Amino acid sequence: MSVQVQVPQIFRKHTGGAKTVSAEGKTVREVLENLDKSYPGLRDRLQDGKGLHPFVNIYRNDEDIRFLGYLETEVHEGDTISILPAVAGGG
Amino acid sequence: MFKLEKRFAEEITDHARSEVPNECCGLVAGKDGSALQLYRCDSAEKSPYRYYVDPKDQIRIMRELDQKGWDLIGIYHSHTHTEAYPSKTDVELAFYPEALYFIVSLEKPEAPVIRAFWIIDGEITEEEVIVA
Repeated sequence: MSVQVQVPQIFRKHTGGAKTVSAEGKTVREVLENLDKSYPGLRDRLQDGKGLHPFVNIYRNDEDIRFLGYLETEVHEGDTISILPAVAGGG
Repeated sequence: MFKLEKRFAEEITDHARSEVPNECCGLVAGKDGSALQLYRCDSAEKSPYRYYVDPKDQIRIMRELDQKGWDLIGIYHSHTHTEAYPSKTDVELAFYPEALYFIVSLEKPEAPVIRAFWIIDGEITEEEVIVA
């Protein structure tokens, strides 16, 4: 199962500057594991030991995986996985 | 130097005032470094000290930008009681090096101040804002 993964600018140093990369997997977890093989270090920016970093959001097409099956969310041929860090802060 | 159209400056200030006592937040879309449209966002964290653009708003807006061929050129939020300068949290959570971070301060409610900053790898660099 091949999907397109959209990588935000802040993480593109891991993908040689590429905005969109392809990865294999049946679930988001597998896609991230396979991505890390091609682009070492990328997964550590997205996940900590427990799961997704609290300020990283991942979407399957337009849906936040936290409202689907989280890291076990199934992916299908042709899906787009988007990684979007939170827009957050506070004074 | 960043030229911010008066209508956008007013919109940011209006948004900030309408969310008091909480912080407001939104995205600035544009092309070639010029602002074309502001997107007011819901904050998933309604607080005087925090903002967090609702992830549902964020993906919807990012898709719209892709369709229009626009870029995310800025992110704005308000400081309700402090100066228009990035806080420690603002710096820690600055994940968009390509965006200019606009902060509107309502510290003096009758005289709001908008300033803008690049926040890259923890470094803050101010960009002069000219409202015209």
